[in-house]
Amino acid sequence: MNAHAFTFCGARLSALPSGALWWADQGLICVSDLHLCKSERHARRGGAQLPPYETRDTLQRLSDAVEATNARQVICLGDSFDDLAAARALPETERLFLTRLQAGRRWIWIEGNHDPGPLDLGGEHLSELTIGPLTYRHIAQPDAKGEISGHYHPKAQVRTRLRTISRPAFLVDCDRVILPAFGTFTGGLRSTSPELARLMHPDALAILTGPSAHPIRMPR
Amino acid sequence: MKLPDQITAWFDRRGWQVHPHQQAMVDRADAPATLLIAPTGGGKTMAGFLPTLADLADGGHDGLHTLYISPLKALAADIKRNLRTPVDEIGLPIRIEDRTGDTSATQKKRQRADPPHILLTTPESLALLTSYEDAARTFAGLKRVVVDEIHALADSKRGDQLMLALARLQTLAPGLHRVGLSATVEDPAAIARLLARHPDPCDILMADPGPDPDIAMLETAERPPWAGGGAAYAIPAVLEQVKQHKTTLIFHNTRAQAEIFFHNLWLANEESLPIGIHHGSLDRVQRERVEQAMVRGDLRAIVCTGSLDLGLDWGDVDLVIQIGAPKNVKRLVQRIGRANHRYNAPSKALLVPANRFEVVECVAALEAVKAHDLDGDPRGPGPLDVLCQQILIAACSGPFDADALYREVKTAGAYADLTRAAFDDCLDFCATGGYALRAYDQWQRLKQQPDGLWQLRDPRSAQRIRMNIGTIQDSDTLKVRLQRNRGGKPLGEIEEYFAASLSPGDTFLIGGRIVRYEGLREMVVEVSRNASRKPKIAVFSGTKFATSTQLSNRILDMFAHNDWSGLPAHTRDWLALQRDVSRLPDRDRLLIESFPHDGREHICIYGFAGRNAQQTLGLLLTKRLEETGHAPMGFVSTDYATLIWGLDAVIDPAPLFDIDALRDGLDRWLAGNAVMKRTFRGAATIAGLIDRNVMGPRKTGRQMTMSSDILYDTLLKYDPDHLMMRITRTEALRGLVDFGRIEAMLARIRGIDLIRLDRVTPLAAPLFLEQGRVPVSGSADERLLAEETAALMDAAGLADS
Repeated sequence: MNAHAFTFCGARLSALPSGALWWADQGLICVSDLHLCKSERHARRGGAQLPPYETRDTLQRLSDAVEATNARQVICLGDSFDDLAAARALPETERLFLTRLQAGRRWIWIEGNHDPGPLDLGGEHLSELTIGPLTYRHIAQPDAKGEISGHYHPKAQVRTRLRTISRPAFLVDCDRVILPAFGTFTGGLRSTSPELARLMHPDALAILTGPSAHPIRMPR
Repeated sequence: MKLPDQITAWFDRRGWQVHPHQQAMVDRADAPATLLIAPTGGGKTMAGFLPTLADLADGGHDGLHTLYISPLKALAADIKRNLRTPVDEIGLPIRIEDRTGDTSATQKKRQRADPPHILLTTPESLALLTSYEDAARTFAGLKRVVVDEIHALADSKRGDQLMLALARLQTLAPGLHRVGLSATVEDPAAIARLLARHPDPCDILMADPGPDPDIAMLETAERPPWAGGGAAYAIPAVLEQVKQHKTTLIFHNTRAQAEIFFHNLWLANEESLPIGIHHGSLDRVQRERVEQAMVRGDLRAIVCTGSLDLGLDWGDVDLVIQIGAPKNVKRLVQRIGRANHRYNAPSKALLVPANRFEVVECVAALEAVKAHDLDGDPRGPGPLDVLCQQILIAACSGPFDADALYREVKTAGAYADLTRAAFDDCLDFCATGGYALRAYDQWQRLKQQPDGLWQLRDPRSAQRIRMNIGTIQDSDTLKVRLQRNRGGKPLGEIEEYFAASLSPGDTFLIGGRIVRYEGLREMVVEVSRNASRKPKIAVFSGTKFATSTQLSNRILDMFAHNDWSGLPAHTRDWLALQRDVSRLPDRDRLLIESFPHDGREHICIYGFAGRNAQQTLGLLLTKRLEETGHAPMGFVSTDYATLIWGLDAVIDPAPLFDIDALRDGLDRWLAGNAVMKRTFRGAATIAGLIDRNVMGPRKTGRQMTMSSDILYDTLLKYDPDHLMMRITRTEALRGLVDFGRIEAMLARIRGIDLIRLDRVTPLAAPLFLEQGRVPVSGSADERLLAEETAALMDAAGLADS
C-alpha cells in the first residue's frame, strides 16, 4: 500500500491513497462523505437524471478498502447518504451489499449535516465517537484536540515543473485531521479556501490521494 | 410528358432554349427516381421543377403536389423567389410556400391543414411534418419530391434521416416520383442508390459539365507563416484581386478564421470597398442583409465559410478565393463552381495556403483538380441512432406496426441491409431505454397495445420528441447581443465554452467588429461596442475535415520527387532543410522523429493518415507508452503528423506499432476517452436518449456534457453492449477515430525509421503551434507529484529520512 503513515495525538495512523484513514492498532478504518444515492436525490429534486450506479461504485471502493485492511471496525464519518430519503431509497442490491460488508464488524454511522437522525440500517448511529485520544465527528470544531472530521471535501493543488495537479487530500495538523470525500460524484474545496486555512495550523500537511498518497505542506 | 404550350411560349418570349437536360427531365417525368448531375448555373433547379410546372399547368391538382427539399433554409427562400418569377410570368395557378425553422407557427399550422401545391422545406422540417397525426392527409396527393444539392446531404446523417422520411412519404403516397439534383460528384451511382426507393432503379442524367475551371495559387509578396490558419500575410494580394474583379467570394474553412481575416481585410481596405461577411454563426438578419446586398450587386467581396458552399443563386461572382488548404478535392471543385454562373465560361479560382505546409497541400490539390481526380470514401450502412429517432417520429404520428415499419425502413437505400435484430434493438431502445436504463420512466417511451401496435406510452411525450428532431450536431452556442440599453441588437452566436472563458471587460471579434463582454443574462451574452483593444478571438467551431487519402498520397509523392519546381522557393527551402537535418516522410516507410524540447521528450510520427486517424493514433500510442512506462503527458495531431510528449524518450518504436496489438486493444483503449464521449453524446442526442431542447430554461452544454459523460461511463461499466455503446463504437471507428486509415497506413509502410535529434525539426515545428492539445494523465502525474512533493517536503525540513 502506498499509504502515508503518521502519528497523531499518540495514535499511529495511515492516510490510505483511497482517501480512507486507517488506525491499525484499533483495526479501525474511517471514511467520510460517501454521499450514497446522490444521483437519486438529484433526480428527485428535478435535476439531471443520472443513473444510480455511483452508489455501487462508492460501495465497491469502500468494500475494497475494508477487505484490504481487514478492518474490525468501520466509521462512516457523516454525510454517508445524500439525505434521509436517499437512505430510504437505497436499492435492495446495494442494501444487501452493505449488509454483507457489515457482517462481523463494528459499524458506526456518524451523523452528518446531510443525514441527521437514525437510519434504517444496521450499525450504531452516533453524533460523535471518542476512542482513546481521538474524537470522530462530522464537522470540525474550532478548539478541538485529537479530532477526526470530514465535511469539507478538501482537495489540494500542486504545481510541478511541467503541470499543475489537483487531488482530493487529507489535511493534518497536530490537533485535527480532515478527511477527503470518499463518495463518487463529490466535488471538493481547495485547501486554499479561507474556511480551511482558518481551521488548520500554519504547519499543516495536505496528503494527496490517488494511486499513492503524497504528503506536502498544505497549500495556502 | 410534353411541355404545355404556355411554358414553351414563355421560354421563347425570354429568348431561352430548354436545355437538353431540362427536356430530359420532362421526358422522364414518370420514372420513379432520377438523379441529375449538372454544374452550378446550368438551370438545374428549373430542370427539377419543369415536370411539376407542366403537371400543375391545368389547375386540376388539389393539395400538395411537389416537395422541394434543400439542405439550407436560405436556399429554400431563394428558390421560392426564383420560382415565383416564371410561375407568375407564365400565369400558372400554383401556390408556392416555404416551411423552415423560420416559418411562423400559425403559418405552419395552416400549411398542414391546407398545404400549397409546392412546399419548399429542409430535411428537419420534413421530418417534423411526418411526425404529426395528420401526416397521412397532408401528403395524400403528393406526386414528386425534388432533393436539391443532394451531394451535400449524402455524406451525413441529415441525408439518412431524409431518406427515411422519403420512405415514409412513399408509404403515404405510393405513386411518388423522386428527383435528386447534384453538383459534380465522384460516384454518381452511390448517390443514385441513396435516392431511389430500394430496390428500384434510378436513372442518372449527366448535364454538360462545361469548361474546366481556371484555377491557380495566389502569388504573394510575403511568405506564408510556419503554422496557423489565418493567412493574414496574403491580405494585400487578396485585396488586389478584389479590386480587379466584380464580385469575389473568399472561402474559409472555419468561422473563426473568416472573422479574423475579415477584420484584417478591413484594416487594410483603404479604399473602403464594400466587403461583407457571411457565416453560420451570424445572426439570421445579418446574414440576410449580406445576401440581399450581394443579389443587388452592392458587394465587391464576401468573406464566407461553408454556409455559402451551396448554390444560392445570386450576383455575378467572377472569382472564388479559397483560404487555407481545401482538405478534399471534391469540395474545392464545388466551391470553385460558385464562381461564374454563366454556363459556358470557365470559373476562376485562386488558392491561398495559410501556412507553409498547406502550400504543399494546395499544389497537390491543384494537380488533382486538373486531373479530374475527385476523392471520396464510401459511406457505410445507415446509422442506428437516426433509425431510433425515426421510430420515435413514427410513434408521434400514431400507433404503428413493427413489421410494416421495418419493411418501410428497408426501402431506404442506406438501410436496405438492416437486419430485423438490429431494428428490434432500436425498437427496444425506444421502448425501454435499453437494459441498464430501464429503471427510469423518462426513457420508457413506447408500449405495445393488445392488438400488437406500438404507441407512445404518454401522448404528451410527442411534444418533447418533436422538439428534438434533427441530426445536426453543432456545438453549443450562445446568442450575442448588444446590451439592451444600446438597442439589444443581435450580433450572432459564439461557442459556449468560449463564452465561459470570458470575463467582463474582455473583447472579442464577431461579425467583423470588436465587442466588449459585459455579462451573461438569461443565456445571452451581452456585449458593448469597443474598438480600442486588441480582441480575443471568438472560437467558433469550424468543420474540421480530414485531408483526404488521395491528397495525402499526392503530397507524399511530391516529397519523393526530385523536381519541386511547382512549389514556391520558400517552401522548397523548408523541405530541403528538413531533408538535410532529418529526412522527408515517404510512402513506404513511417518516419518518426525523437527529440527533447522544453524539459519534455517528444516523438513526432508522420503518418499522413488525416486528422482523425492521427488523433486516434495519438490516443492509442499514449496508452501504449503509458503501459510501457514512458510516462506520456499529452499529444496533438494534424492531418499529417502526431506529436507526443512525456517524461522519457522512446528508443524502440516498433513494438508500439504492432497492428494486432493496436486493433485488439482498440475497444478497451478508446473506451474512456473524450472522442468516444463526444461521439456518444452525438448519437445519444440523435437517438433521443438526451434531450437537446427541453421545455423551460434551456440546458447548457456543460450540463448536457456532464450527464452524457456520466451516462457513457455508466453504460461502459455496467452495460457495455448497450445499443448506444454499439452505435458509438461503430461510428467512432469510421468517423472521428478513422481506424481504417491507420490500418491502411500500417499496410502501406514496410518499415519504421526512428531518427534521434537534439532539437525540433523544420517539419515538426508547426505542430508546437497547433491548437487542440490533448493532455494525458497517468504515471507522469505520479512521478511529477512524487518529485515535487519530495522537493517540497525536503525544503520544509520534513523529508522522512
